[in-house]
Amino acid sequence: MGETAYGWWLPMNVATYGGEVDYLINVIHWIMGILFVGWGIFFFYCLIRFRRREGQKAVYQPIHAKPAKYVEIGVIIAEAILLLSFSMPVWARFKHEFPAEKDALVVRVVAEQFAWNVHYSGKDGRFGRTAPQFISSSNLLGLDPDDPDGKDDINAVNQLHFPVNKPVIVHLSTKDVIHSFKIPVMRLTQDAIPGTEIKIWFEASRTGQFDLACAQLCGLGHYRMRGAVSVDTPEAFAKWMEERQSEVSGTGTEY
Amino acid sequence: MHEQHHEHHEPGFWRKYIFSVDHKVIGIQYSLTSLLFLFFGFSLMMMMRWQLAYPGQPLPWIGRLFGEANMPEGVMVPEFYNQLGAMHGTIMVFLGVVPLAVGGFGNYILPLQIGAPDMAFPRINMASYWFLFVGGVVMLASFFLPGGAAQSGWTSYAPLANIAPTGQTAWLIGMIFLITSSLLGSINFIVTTVQLRVRGLSFFKLPFFVWAQFVTSFLLLLAFPPLEAAGVLQLMDRVAGTSFFLPSGLVVTGQPLEVSGGGNPLLWQHLFWFLAHPEVYVLILPALGIVAEVIANNTRKPLWGYRTMVYSLIFLGFMSFIVWAHHMFMTGMGTAMSTFFQATTMIISVPSVIILTCLAISLWGGSIRFTVPMHFALAFIPMFAIGGLTGLPLGLTASDLHLHDTYYVIGHFHYVVAPGTIFALFAGIYYWFPKVTGRMMNEKLGKLHFWLSLIFMNGVFTPMLLIGVAGVSRRLYDQTGYAHGAAVQDLTVFSSWSAWLLAVAQIPFIINFLMSMRKREKVRSDNPWEATTLEWATPTPPPHGNFPTAPQVYRGPYEYSVPGRSADFWPQHLPEEAESTQPRPATT
Amino acid sequence: MSAEVEIPYAVKPHPVTGLFNGKFGIWLFLASEVMLFGALFSTYVLLRVGAEAWPHGYSLLNVPLATLNTFVLILSSVTMVMAWASLKMGDFRKFRLNLGATILLAFVFLIVKSFEYGAKFEHHIHPATSTFYAIYFTLTGLHGLHVIGGILVNLYLLLPGSALWRTEPERFTNRIECAGLYWHFVDLVWIFLFPVLYLL
Repeated sequence: MGETAYGWWLPMNVATYGGEVDYLINVIHWIMGILFVGWGIFFFYCLIRFRRREGQKAVYQPIHAKPAKYVEIGVIIAEAILLLSFSMPVWARFKHEFPAEKDALVVRVVAEQFAWNVHYSGKDGRFGRTAPQFISSSNLLGLDPDDPDGKDDINAVNQLHFPVNKPVIVHLSTKDVIHSFKIPVMRLTQDAIPGTEIKIWFEASRTGQFDLACAQLCGLGHYRMRGAVSVDTPEAFAKWMEERQSEVSGTGTEY
Repeated sequence: MHEQHHEHHEPGFWRKYIFSVDHKVIGIQYSLTSLLFLFFGFSLMMMMRWQLAYPGQPLPWIGRLFGEANMPEGVMVPEFYNQLGAMHGTIMVFLGVVPLAVGGFGNYILPLQIGAPDMAFPRINMASYWFLFVGGVVMLASFFLPGGAAQSGWTSYAPLANIAPTGQTAWLIGMIFLITSSLLGSINFIVTTVQLRVRGLSFFKLPFFVWAQFVTSFLLLLAFPPLEAAGVLQLMDRVAGTSFFLPSGLVVTGQPLEVSGGGNPLLWQHLFWFLAHPEVYVLILPALGIVAEVIANNTRKPLWGYRTMVYSLIFLGFMSFIVWAHHMFMTGMGTAMSTFFQATTMIISVPSVIILTCLAISLWGGSIRFTVPMHFALAFIPMFAIGGLTGLPLGLTASDLHLHDTYYVIGHFHYVVAPGTIFALFAGIYYWFPKVTGRMMNEKLGKLHFWLSLIFMNGVFTPMLLIGVAGVSRRLYDQTGYAHGAAVQDLTVFSSWSAWLLAVAQIPFIINFLMSMRKREKVRSDNPWEATTLEWATPTPPPHGNFPTAPQVYRGPYEYSVPGRSADFWPQHLPEEAESTQPRPATT
Repeated sequence: MSAEVEIPYAVKPHPVTGLFNGKFGIWLFLASEVMLFGALFSTYVLLRVGAEAWPHGYSLLNVPLATLNTFVLILSSVTMVMAWASLKMGDFRKFRLNLGATILLAFVFLIVKSFEYGAKFEHHIHPATSTFYAIYFTLTGLHGLHVIGGILVNLYLLLPGSALWRTEPERFTNRIECAGLYWHFVDLVWIFLFPVLYLL
């Protein structure tokens, strides 16, 4: 993806539901623009027509301004429509309509100061148990060494690879402070709150290399907490997973 | 009421100017202190803008003055950037805008506008100023602590703020002083407004400015205590090792945190935003009050929809307590809670729109005088409109998904506070300057200040709206590491230059302010703007006790251009029969 | 003394509100205190609901001592009212006795409290020990600070401040009324604190 992917308005959209978010943003801005221009015309008209000059006097009780009441009611109706017809359905889909785990790639992302630990379950498809007491510089995820499921688990630090046209479910957590998982081209933001594991989903409809940014101040390294997002073809993704899998030794304690 | 003749001991310098209990002196103290803090807070931001525009470059000339810890070789380190950010927000809100709008304007003008001799509790008034002063000193001193000042945002989210250096503890202590100042002040304002109105001044004859300060005071009174509680809890976490905001199992830089756990970071957010949302209405309501006064005076007609505006103000105050979690949409909030807060957020936009529309419609049929205060009051309307409108996409969760915590938010709230509230405060300064000092500020310098400020304010904040939509998060020491950040770097540079030029644009104001205070030419009338409200019925400047004899009010606050009268204004305190337009009340 | 401006309704009540300024002010202050303690009680609820296991207060805390303290505070509220009533009836001597008793009872409360805290510290139990103890110490500690504040105000009014009785008796009586309202509030907070922390 080149520079044309990013500009002075919305970045390119790669997510399946991203279009609806964009639609809402654009519609709202059109409404905002129309209201602003409308009011602006009235405003400047008043400034010119009612400027103080020779022979001109103010009127004590000028108008009954019915149009203003209708504009106000119109604004309320517009807001209600935006809320009920646009925002709530999109939000509900994002929050509740999860793809089935068997149809999706399930990943755990554990944020820390200042990196993203991307935890794949490996060939066995099962995540090894993790606990804070096992965390060390050679075991950033805190995988339990006695759990056989964790032997083939992969921690791709700051690298999030997933295949195109397949839903991804992320279990998001954090080791230390609040971080926020943000992929602008996916129109996705989710805070990682200590003490919680929050589930989100997304699906990319295009391949490419993108940015994952931390979107909640997390300390002095907040600005460089960047992850590389790679949306791959299924073949490229499989190859990448194989390479990562072969780096994991039998004991699985190098992550 | 008749005059009391106490022994007229002329108070010494200290009792008269430093430890005075006179609301006018206290108002001036608040105003000067907060103007200095506004300047300081603005300077912090100007430094941040250098790092944003030219990341990693040494700051020319002054960069090395900040020490090896903060700016080695003149290049800002990320920790210092974060300190500047957190303290810019804290100082501008709690030591700049609110003390000026409420402590400065409220203290000076409110008793005058209701015909009172002073505030209900003059000594508590004095105490509230000194609590602010101590809080400000603590905040400034925190820069010199090991590890520097607070650096977790003005929002001080846990757990980051829990594990931050000592400056955060100083921030919490400073906030306790500032909150105490605010509570004492709000009690004073409410009691004064209810109890000390002169005869004839019923609630619906009050100037809109008084209503605005009155509602603001309720917000301060009821919303601040939860933040005070939260501050105590965070202090306990930092100093006594408790875990109010720390869940179990945290591992910081590889080391497990040795705390009991069982706490909840979201508890801090709820308590913080329970105050901080009403706080933003504290930032705007006094400004609406000032703008209303200036518009009525300079259109020479009553405000359109005064009653509607008052009811909207009260409704707005009430609603401001039930929207707070719209700042927390991305914390894992479910659909039920987010629907509630989206709905209340949509609803709260209604009274704001009504008030702004009433102010705009007030222009219709007027005879508009383009005085300097009126320039600022007029510009307030479209600027506040942009601020308010840009709140809409943030208040809906689906659009907030992309815009949350980006520069769009920064653009949104700065539009409301900077070319919004601060412009209103400028309007107030130019407007009431002659009452306080007996001199008018220079008109040419005033208009220069206005036009430059208007242009550069927009230059700073419009790009931010674009940068936000492009996906750039806030509080980034360097955004160029991201493709979407690098793509808008030109806008960032433009914004920074606009900010520096905005600073230069304040020079005519500072010169005007300082020189006009002392100039020889004085106003020839106690009421140079030919206004109707009671503050203009006093001598200039008002003496101790304000009114030589207590006025009585006979009509509403904006009786301009009343049909059948020779003058185009009819002050509130003149009896029915008086044809004279002399501002001084007749002595009997 | 500098020329002080006379403030209307500082002593006599306002014809519409029926309040003198100080009384109105104290009620507003109490409203803000309700929000302060309310936030802490909400914290208690949130922490307890979110906890896997939460101990019963009566298994960890000294209920008999706290019950005694509850009666001590209630009694001190009674003596506080009587202090004000004595002034209303012009009996300055009775006022001093009653206000003195109020202050004494407040000291008793603090002494009992210090035994409670002391026992905990001896067993190496501190606010950091658990979230239960964290909220227990914070709530009771903040309440205790309010008791100390009340003692200081009452001591002032009993000793140097009482000189005002001779020159402006009505104004002085009003001050006692305001101090009384504050004191009743401090008592009321304890009446909520006690069952929530100790009995549930």
